[in-house]
Amino acid sequence: MKLSGSQILIEALKEEGVGTIFGFPGGTVIDIYDALMDTDIHHVLVRHEQGAVHAADGYARASGKVGVCLVTSGPGATNAVTGIATAYMDSIPLVILTGQVPTHLIGNDAFQEVDIVGISRPCTKHNYLVASTDDLAQTVKEAFHIARSGRPGPVLIDIPKNVSSGTAEYEKLGPVKIKSYNPKYEPNAKQLRKVVDLIKTAQRPMIFAGGGIILSKAAGELSRFARKTKIPVTMSLMGLGGFPGSDPLSLGMIGMHGTYRANMSTGHCDLMIAVGVRFDDRVTGKTDCFAEQAKIVHIDIDPTSIRKNISVAVPVVGDCKTSLKKLNSLIDKADLGDLTGIRQPWLDQVEEWKRAHKLAYVQKKTIKPQYVIERLFDLTAGEAIITTEVGQNQMWAAQYFHYDRPQQFLTSGGLGTMGFGLPAAIGAQTAFPDSLVVDIAGDGSIQMNIQEMATAVQHKLPVKIVILNNGYLGMVRQWQELFYQKRYAATCMDCAPDFVKLAEAYGAKGLRAVKPDEVDSVLKEGLAYNGPVIMDFVVEKEECVYPMVPAGEPITEMLLV
Amino acid sequence: MATGSSEQAVERKRIVDIEKHTITMLVDNKPGVLSRVVGLFSGRGFNIESLCVAPTIDPMVSRITIVTMADPPLMEQIEKQLRKLINVIKLRDLSDTRAVQREMALICVRAQPRDRDEILRIVDIFRCKVVDVGPEYYTIEATGNEEKMTALINLLKPMGIKKIARTGAIALFREPPVK
Ligand SMILES: Cc1ncc(C[n+]2csc(CCOP(=O)(O)OP(=O)(O)O)c2C)c(N)n1
Ligand SMILES: [Mg+2]
Repeated sequence: MKLSGSQILIEALKEEGVGTIFGFPGGTVIDIYDALMDTDIHHVLVRHEQGAVHAADGYARASGKVGVCLVTSGPGATNAVTGIATAYMDSIPLVILTGQVPTHLIGNDAFQEVDIVGISRPCTKHNYLVASTDDLAQTVKEAFHIARSGRPGPVLIDIPKNVSSGTAEYEKLGPVKIKSYNPKYEPNAKQLRKVVDLIKTAQRPMIFAGGGIILSKAAGELSRFARKTKIPVTMSLMGLGGFPGSDPLSLGMIGMHGTYRANMSTGHCDLMIAVGVRFDDRVTGKTDCFAEQAKIVHIDIDPTSIRKNISVAVPVVGDCKTSLKKLNSLIDKADLGDLTGIRQPWLDQVEEWKRAHKLAYVQKKTIKPQYVIERLFDLTAGEAIITTEVGQNQMWAAQYFHYDRPQQFLTSGGLGTMGFGLPAAIGAQTAFPDSLVVDIAGDGSIQMNIQEMATAVQHKLPVKIVILNNGYLGMVRQWQELFYQKRYAATCMDCAPDFVKLAEAYGAKGLRAVKPDEVDSVLKEGLAYNGPVIMDFVVEKEECVYPMVPAGEPITEMLLV
Repeated sequence: MATGSSEQAVERKRIVDIEKHTITMLVDNKPGVLSRVVGLFSGRGFNIESLCVAPTIDPMVSRITIVTMADPPLMEQIEKQLRKLINVIKLRDLSDTRAVQREMALICVRAQPRDRDEILRIVDIFRCKVVDVGPEYYTIEATGNEEKMTALINLLKPMGIKKIARTGAIALFREPPVK
């Protein structure tokens, strides 16, 4: 059947099960938009291309499906780059469709030409420039396959205007096979048996779970594994929700702003089973001292993650879910007996660390940001999808809200992109129209993609924005307070808009709390409102996030409240 | 400072363990593939000593040979990162294995009457060829492994090397003998 490139693209997208696209039009994608009008693919029109990518990203993180966005060439494509890099760092499956100038103009500095394949090469899992309409269907097929398999990631397809407007023969393609791309899902059985042996003899074991648990949908297997072996679990920022935060075996988050007990456990454990992590520097602190006494097992689907930052005793290359499943059956066979007695001293120690330094703050006359998150947790019964911006707000969201299920906490971990939260919330809300979706924001970050309020209003996406308004770029200010003699260079956000009026200007609802006793009523009213809301919580200006491990220090050397 | 000295120790160890590695790989012969490989090296701070690319018998496939300096952990990363590229079909580190390795050079050397005989003797001993003869210069074509090339260049230097074009190394794994 002969179809236009745009029609082929749409057919190919439907083949992949795409129901929603986030995008923003322009000259080189006008044919694609024209063809989109005749389909039932839902298009969410954003207000900035960065928003389109973050929205597709939030959609992917919340749903586990591949997120798709469509932007025009030149500035449309460059605007998308921060979003792409954000998804790349966190291994989020996306397909980014960019328009390109017609093939005969490529290289001529044509109007709105940019070498987006060159620009995005280091921040995509793979990318394509489609040279001819004949190649389009195959390229789309490969792109989705690469984006969602192995260690997922964003794949960009650059489509010249004459490719989308040209015609070609289209027929449905079978599954793709790329000879040089064969992610290894099956772990090596011998390595897994070594892990079981280590578990048998370990006195002070711990599990360190990362984003890989969520990406491979391994949360169920992880819980079984931890409970069977009675091993406590810490999570990276990306791993939160991979193991229930309210489970007694949960140690909470590890790392720079991790809990006292998670970081102390890391310093004292004799076996660390790391699953789906990449030992980011925000996790390890000084690598020489990281889990110094431990034999480390590292399970990950990406061989490059293993022994990149940390040397390990037992490397296991494989899918997290497959590996944990196999480990669980090996453990069943090994019959470890009742471990309660053996584990008790270690679990008692962990409990002691927990009691010694709980996450805490002192409520004064002003609203403490931590209090807002605690109330949000209580009032939602922990049942919301939470997105975050970046900074202190993000860390308090990680510390004071407890995530019991995967795909519930959506945050820019690797890149730390301010402006992620609102568009990501829009994406998550699009995937789950009936769920409560809350963006925990800072007054600085929210201004980076505030234009997406219009998107939320237009598409009737009732996202709730909780601004922890401290009048500062708080996390940078915290570093200045602690390490730069309180010289607050360029971190005071004196001149912020009135967020309540701003919400109203966009046609959303705006609410504000300035005193602690107003927090509950604002949250209740805001969460109950059927539409997008900005809740502006004017909080303690110079509150710091604790515990804190200064950059490059051993993880056990925490600054505490 | 304690940390300083331990860091220095680590640094010293790194320098000691650094070795030259010749990596050979088959890649898709498509636009942009070389950029991906080179971009990986520059983006991750890996080093490239030399690089050679050309299509193989299969026009869809090219062979890239890269010589790099790395300590063992870094070499492990380089290999893994390269394998991760979608367009890399096959990869092999030839440093520890039996491999044939060659470089080529075109050397334009000053050939004064008093040096001409000596140059021709060197050409003979090193099994090179004179490919261009001028009134004042010879252009010599030489192939060999890296040591041979260095030795040759050192011998010709005193006569005056006007210009030189060298390839990086290319290498192939030696096929095992037939049983
Ligand atoms: C796009 C971007 N620019 C700069 C930074 C550096 N940065 C990290 S946290 C932060 C402060 C964020 O301020 P705000 O959103 O008010 O959050 P707070 O820390 O006050 O909660 C900044 C500027 C960043 N992470 N992202
Ligand atoms: Mg702030």
